[in-house]
This record gives sequence, C-alpha cells and structure tokens, in this order.
Amino acid sequence: MDALLELLQEDARLTTAQMAERLGRPEAEVSEMVGKLERKGAILGYHAVVDPERVGQRHVSALIEVKLTPERDGGFDRLAQRISRFDQVRTCWLMSGGYDLVVLVEGEDLREVARFVSEKLSSLDGVLSTATHFQLKVYKQSGFIAGETHEDERLAVTP
Amino acid sequence: MKPLHERIAKHVSGLPRSGIRDFFELVVGRDDVISLGVGEPDFPAPWHIREAAIYSLEKGQTSYTSNLGLLSLRQEIADYVRKLFGVDYDPATEVLVTVGVSEALDLVFRSLLDPGDEVVYHEPCYVSYSPSIVLAHGVAVPVSTRVEDNFVLRAEDVEAAITARTRILLLNFPTNPTGAVEPLEELEKIAALAVEHDLIVVSDEIYCELLYGGPDGMEPGEHVSIASLPGMRERTVLLHGFSKAFAMTGFRLGYACAPPELTEAMMKIHQYSMLCAPIMSQQAAVEALRNGTPEVERMRRAYAQRRNLMLKRFADMGLPCFAPGGAFYMFPDIRRYGLTSKEFAMRLLERENVAVVPGNAFGPAGEGCVRACYATAYDKIEIAMDRMARFVKDLETGG
Repeated sequence: MDALLELLQEDARLTTAQMAERLGRPEAEVSEMVGKLERKGAILGYHAVVDPERVGQRHVSALIEVKLTPERDGGFDRLAQRISRFDQVRTCWLMSGGYDLVVLVEGEDLREVARFVSEKLSSLDGVLSTATHFQLKVYKQSGFIAGETHEDERLAVTP
Repeated sequence: MKPLHERIAKHVSGLPRSGIRDFFELVVGRDDVISLGVGEPDFPAPWHIREAAIYSLEKGQTSYTSNLGLLSLRQEIADYVRKLFGVDYDPATEVLVTVGVSEALDLVFRSLLDPGDEVVYHEPCYVSYSPSIVLAHGVAVPVSTRVEDNFVLRAEDVEAAITARTRILLLNFPTNPTGAVEPLEELEKIAALAVEHDLIVVSDEIYCELLYGGPDGMEPGEHVSIASLPGMRERTVLLHGFSKAFAMTGFRLGYACAPPELTEAMMKIHQYSMLCAPIMSQQAAVEALRNGTPEVERMRRAYAQRRNLMLKRFADMGLPCFAPGGAFYMFPDIRRYGLTSKEFAMRLLERENVAVVPGNAFGPAGEGCVRACYATAYDKIEIAMDRMARFVKDLETGG
C-alpha cells in the first residue's frame, strides 16, 4: 500500500497497468487497492501542479490567518468545515500558535479575494479576526521547484 | 628531436584504449539516443548533501585537510563501516579518504606491488582494474566468470590462477558490469585461499548498498564484506565511497580501510600525489553519512523497480539475462543473435538509438553480453525496452 501511494504521489498519471508493472503485482490487485484508498478517502483527489507564472494565469492567491471562537460542542470543526466549502478556499488547516486557521484562497483578482474575506469570511459568526497576506511569487509548490526542468546532463557512456 | 610518441613510457603506451571511450564517441552527436550506457546514478546528490558543500564554501572552508582526510569524516566512515560491514577500523590510523575508489585502487597497487608481482581479479570487471595494475608495474591476471554460472567467481578458478608471484586478490561485489553478488559459501572459500596463499585481498565494495533482496527484489539485501570473515580483516583493504549509493560521482570521494601499516603506505603516496581530497567534498560526505541513508534507500527502491522492469521486458523479448543481485546493471546474453557484443551494440544504436555498452569493454570474458544500466528514468527505460524488443525481433527474423 505504501509503495502504491508513493508511486501515485509522485506521478498520478500512471495507468493501473503501469503501476502494476512497477510494483510487480497483478493489475486487478492494484486496481482494487486504488479503489479502496479512494473509497475510504485516503486519496482525496488528483490534480496537476501548475506554476501560474508559466501559464500566464493572472489570478491571485492569498494566505489568511483566521482567529475563531471555539464552540462548546465540536471546537473549531463546524466553522472550519464551513469555511472549507467555499470554492475560493484551496486549503484550510487548523494551526497551533497565534491564530487558529490558515486558509489558502484563490481568486480572479485582488478585489475578489478582498470581497471574499470581508463579505464571506469575516462576517461569519465566530470569526474574530482575519489577516490577509497576498502571494507574490511561487518558488516551490506541492513538492515541485518552480522553473526547474530535468535534463540528463550525464555523459552518454561511462564506465 | 625524438618523436614525442616515442617518449611515452612503454607501460603507458602499451595500454589499450578504453572500449568505453570508443563507444562514447559513437554515441555523442546522435539525437534522441536513450542511453543505458552510463555508469552512474541519474539522481543528483540529495539536496541536503549539496547544501552542506555550499555551506562549507560559505564558511570559507577552502583549505587543505589532513592527508588522511578530515577526522570528523573518518570517524563517520568508521561508524558507517562498522554498521554496514560489521568491521571495526580506527579512524586515526586505519581510514584514508581518497579521490574516489579509483585513486584508492591506484594507491593500493602502488603500495603493494613490486615490478612483476601479480594481481588476480575477476572478469568481466570495471575498466580501470587491469590498467591500474599495469601502471603500478604489476601483472594483471584475470579470472573469467561465466554467464552460464551467473558470473559467480569460483574459488577453484581463483586457485588455478594463483602463482608464487601472486600478491593481491582483487574483488568487486556487487560487480560492475554484471550486477553479480558473490554467494557466501564461495566467498568463504576464496577467503580461505587468501589465507592459505598469504594474499592481500583488495575488496571494492562501491555498490554494496544497492542490493535487491526479497522475492521481488524490492527489499534491501544483506551485504557481507569479505573483511568481516574470520581472519580477513588483517589482510584486507576495504574500498568504498560515496559515488553510487549517495549519487555523488562528481564529488570524487572514496575511502580505504585497512590495517595501519597498509594505510600508512597508501597515505605516503597520497600525500605526495594528491595531498588530500577536496574539503568541500569531504564536508558533503560527512552530511551524507550523518543524514543520507533514507535517501539511499529511496533511490535503491527506485532502482529496484527499474530492475524489475528490465528483467520482465528482457524475458518478454526472449533476451536471456540472469537476475543480478546488486549494483544497477543488467548483463544480458546476446550470443543467440550471432553477433559480437560490439556489433550488437552498434546496430542497436544505429537502428533504434539505444546505447548499451559492449560486454568486451569489460574484458574478454564479457564478450557475448552487453551492459544495460537501469539508473535512468523509468519512462525512458520503457521506451528503450520497446525499441530493444523491436530490434531483437528483427534480428530473429533475419533483419
């Protein structure tokens, strides 16, 4: 299972047949394992990791620190889940330290993100305060260094 | 004036050109070649190791080190060797840091050989063995290992090659170019021969972390160094380095572990010819030994997957190849196609743009095989295997 996850996390485009070959397992078994992981929510989804600068995407990303009032039943869960459901929210984590949630938000432009924060996020009952930081440049995203391509620079034949 | 080519020392001018070099020149300049002809990892050295080298430069560490190498590195090496090989060496007197195992080999031969002394080693083998022996005025005595025998070195063959002039027995397991790992019972017999004939054993174990154990080759295998066998530590020079397992070929860093008298003799030559290994490489190596082993295992697992891919594809295309226990090479047997190793490799290059190394580049015993390295991206190997399958099919149908 670990080896399968490792493969998928590295390259989710592999077909079941390719994964089966790499793992030395029958294709049906690998297919079953992937299905199981998906059904129990161990695999949340698959996506391409895009460097927005290279594709000319103009949209903006922001990191928002959010302070909340915990509720008597369930602490931060209900509010955090509610916030997570907004399409603009790409990532939402409960944090230790000076604030409670970190919320990564994407929007078409600055105004859209600002509107989301003031109208949707800050106005929620239980949200005490927010601090919004806009992203300026991506150096590394989800394990990939931006702007790095992989050329084989080794000599073609060596002892 | 006497022509310059006549001024070259006889033992140098008599050295043959490397077969690898010849083949390299055919490969460069071609586009779209998938090369299985390399002898080094496709991974860059792990970042934390590279970062340690940078940090060392930033701190202004640009000086010489002790001739033996940084004491901190020798201590790490002694700890690592104890863990990996189960043999204890004193970092103060029994560990010498060298510029790759290649330098260490040269030092061993120059330290131990008088002109005419013989070195017994097994072929096919790494290309530098015979030249290094000859350059030290020794006599190279190869013992053939055979494809039918999965390239196991047989003690009886070693014994037949030993004469009154034999001084050194040179071993390399796992073996470049075959990937062969020596069975323990055979290694024990060879150790007994070394004791019986009072030989020094030089053991090049540069690939020892790259073993493929378990039923599917995915588990790390267990390495047994000949130095760890009873009575062997006192007569063994253990050679290891950072190039293969830590993917640090360009750092040029290796080491020799041996009893103090031998280490001292090697150090004498090293101090006059090399002075010391580069300090930034040594600092990187300290980091590699302290924190690099998880990365080594990650890379080993990647090689294991690729090894399985090649094994399966070779079997599918009907190319006989034994399952090598270590390193990152396959050494398939191409004799059924009625071509020499060189012809096979050249036609494969010309027709399908896949580079493999002719087996005879590793000595006459390698004739009839080619070396295919799987330290290359998985998807590239997939394409190379498709091309090779088409190629051997054409050969079979007389194309």
